Amino acid sequence: MRYDVPLIVKVLAIVGFGILYIPVMIMMIYSFNSGKLVAVWAGFSTKWYRELWTDDILLSALYKSLLIGMSSATISTFFGLLIAIAFVRFSAFRARLTLSLVASAPLVMPEAVTGLSMLLLFIAMETTFGWPSGRGVDTIMIAHATFGMCFAAVVIQTRLRDMDRYLEEAARDLGERQPFVFMSITLPLIFPSIIAAWLLSFTLSFDDLVIASFVSGPGSSTLPIVIFSKIRLGVSPEINAIATLMILTISGMVLAGSMLILKRDSRGKKN
Amino acid sequence: MNYFFQRFGRQIVIWLPLAWLLLFFMLPLIEMINVSFSEARRAVPPYNPAFQFGPGGISFQPVVDNYYLIYEYWEDYLWPAVNSIRLAFFSTLYCLLFAYPMAWWIARSNKSLQHILLILVLMPFWTSSLLRMYALIGLLNPNGFINDILIWAGVTVIPIQMMQTDFSIYAGMVLTYLPLMILPLYASLVRLDGSIIEAAADLGARKWDIFKTIILPLSIPGIIAGSLLVFIPAVGEFVIPALLGGPEQLMLGKVIWTEFFRNRDWPVASAIAIILIAIIILPIVYARYQDKEGIS
Amino acid sequence: MAPFISIKNISKKYGNFSAVDNVSFNLQKGELFSLLGPSGCGKTTLLRILAGFEVSNTGSFEIDGHDMDNVDPADRPVNIMFQHYALFPHMSVFNNISYGLRRTSLPKSEIKSRVEELLELVRLSGMSERKPKTLSGGQKQRVALARALARRPKLLLLDEPLAALDKKLRSDTQFEICKIQEQLGTTFIVVTHDQEEAMTLSTRIGVMNEGKLIQLGTPKEIYEQPQTSFVADFVGEISFLEAVVKENKNTHWLMQAAVPIYVSSDSNFNVGQKVKLALRPEKISLTSRPTGNINEFKVDILDFAFYGAGTQYRVIGPEGVKLKLYQSHNQPSKANSPMLKTGFVNFSPEAIIVLES
Repeated sequence: MRYDVPLIVKVLAIVGFGILYIPVMIMMIYSFNSGKLVAVWAGFSTKWYRELWTDDILLSALYKSLLIGMSSATISTFFGLLIAIAFVRFSAFRARLTLSLVASAPLVMPEAVTGLSMLLLFIAMETTFGWPSGRGVDTIMIAHATFGMCFAAVVIQTRLRDMDRYLEEAARDLGERQPFVFMSITLPLIFPSIIAAWLLSFTLSFDDLVIASFVSGPGSSTLPIVIFSKIRLGVSPEINAIATLMILTISGMVLAGSMLILKRDSRGKKN
Repeated sequence: MNYFFQRFGRQIVIWLPLAWLLLFFMLPLIEMINVSFSEARRAVPPYNPAFQFGPGGISFQPVVDNYYLIYEYWEDYLWPAVNSIRLAFFSTLYCLLFAYPMAWWIARSNKSLQHILLILVLMPFWTSSLLRMYALIGLLNPNGFINDILIWAGVTVIPIQMMQTDFSIYAGMVLTYLPLMILPLYASLVRLDGSIIEAAADLGARKWDIFKTIILPLSIPGIIAGSLLVFIPAVGEFVIPALLGGPEQLMLGKVIWTEFFRNRDWPVASAIAIILIAIIILPIVYARYQDKEGIS
Repeated sequence: MAPFISIKNISKKYGNFSAVDNVSFNLQKGELFSLLGPSGCGKTTLLRILAGFEVSNTGSFEIDGHDMDNVDPADRPVNIMFQHYALFPHMSVFNNISYGLRRTSLPKSEIKSRVEELLELVRLSGMSERKPKTLSGGQKQRVALARALARRPKLLLLDEPLAALDKKLRSDTQFEICKIQEQLGTTFIVVTHDQEEAMTLSTRIGVMNEGKLIQLGTPKEIYEQPQTSFVADFVGEISFLEAVVKENKNTHWLMQAAVPIYVSSDSNFNVGQKVKLALRPEKISLTSRPTGNINEFKVDILDFAFYGAGTQYRVIGPEGVKLKLYQSHNQPSKANSPMLKTGFVNFSPEAIIVLES
């Protein structure tokens, strides 16, 4: 092949990958530094990891983040699935333009704007009819589910659009009725995208700092909020350790997920 | 059962998410507009709603004080706005610069390498930007990794100031948004049929000529899509200017935060948010317009 | 006369796999040559070597006495028409066709007049501002042809030029390619897996299999005198009979298949030698009653298919010998009755092709 990628392009690309990975890798290495001074290497130690388990604030924030992430991701995926079905499977319907507008605008809205506007609504609702009383885990959950469902809808929509419609028609031709066709044919086929949508909504929620900061109340600080306040005090080996754990966990999940999807895809192509 | 689904299933599928989004996304924006026209006061909540209904009936008294305030102290708000656009624009450019060779390489490599490289691009996209910015601070700090090495190597004696500069903002933006630029570029380059490149070579085009006349023009849709995906969130970015930037790199996202949390001026924060939305709508409308042109 | 195009001992290996295995042939100026073979036989790789996209491991390629070995594809007097045309989607028809010319030192006015000439040649005048995606399949094919011809190459390579067209359009386009080729006198090499296409288009055909050039000849030679059973089987319909040489009877050889068969052949055989007899379907006649001709035996008719101009039968003879035969409808025959369950076949000794077993 004479028209392979030019060497210079490969070199620049490797530099690009370096930019993406080097900062995080150095941080991971330093999370095993035994010294309190971040920049000076004082020997290998896992003591910062052990100390994490005694930090109650951190642990309670982690618990809240997981709770909010899992519940909002579940709501997001369900509603995202409904949006995707409406867009891909239903022909013209009256609310289509409105739905496409409100389902895509959150994707481009700056987090600070989304967070601020939601908080203002929650407060207006509270003064008007007393709910939600104060901000906490439930308001963060609602906020995260709202923008999460838009991302979930995009992920599921792509898969649903690629799906062979004749499969559904074949099932109906063979005597299956509509809601069951969806359960027995469509759902299993788009299942990987549903998993991907759930994971995406979960990580978006788990990583979110800005929106959560606006709609959280006293005592409902999530993990990013706690970490952000710690980072403002400066670099510390303890944050290195938390960050390493979080990044490794998410990366592991993404890696497993993408392996699964790639494997499924290549198996599907061979058959 | 079947009849029920035929009749109501569709309506439920459409209206359940639509109602949620209208309630928790549209209504908040309307409320924010309402607050932006409200009078600030020292109370809880710290504003007097322009539009309200309650036991005392419906009242509507909009004030433009907040926008006037922004106009009056325009220097305090203009620079963050200009900074937002400037820093987002150049960040987009730098992302494009690094993303293009990466997307090209991924698009033109064999299937197994392609899978690995795509996963390598996607992994940082899924991990928290906050944590990656923190990792970057560890590199750029006056006593951080880069300065340590430079001092050790004897390049410099005093640490180089990298934090709180445009450079640190760009580094943060590229680190955060590079994947968003790579993916659409990759999508447009991978569609490019290898025989088209060979056809150009067969007709006498040299390497640079092929890039200029074939590869680059055919990847323009990817460039536009990627630039929008980077520029739009970059304009409203909060974490990056808050952690990596100094007073010179103040951006609107951070101004909203400061007005809200520090100054407790909710109406002004809302008014700035509306200005920020206006800045974001412009490139989207432009892209839509370009899209329609392209079809006809 | 020295050959215009000379291809000598070209081989290309990918690891242990020989894509092209020691291929040699010469072409005269103005020939329309087809490389015919099943997919994966190496014909496309050979084409890409000639265009300069792949580098061969051994061998040489000369055009008009000039060695092409280290010449960049951009500089070769060779152009290629790609299988799916590879038109530049973002350029108009005019810019597609003129792309190659704009990379020469020709003045603009000359380029314009040459493109117009080409558009007329491929009957696309007035379409110069259209974008490729607004063209039909046949029009795209013609733009690709005009683009490849624009630089006036000494050799034009066509990779499956008709594969993407539907059947009716294909036969029209076939004749058009022949006409243009005759008009310009350019040497063409066509790669195809379609034996009908190769037969109708070309002055000569090279049949390839597993990287090797197996047989080279005119379409008639390839069809009537295949040298291997692969060629016989690949080009056209054919039936095979396993046989053993019995004895030489002056003008004929007697061979024993399921039935004794007389074969007329100039070759020499040893008695007892195993051979393969091949028969084209149109060389076999089917009758309802015995005719008393040589090489006749009774068969059961398995099934038949009506083809308009004729009918194709599949029949089974003694010891399960299966034959395919084709009866033209211009000779009225009772055998063409669908009621017929059995019949008699006969074929002349000259019609039999003897191949090595």
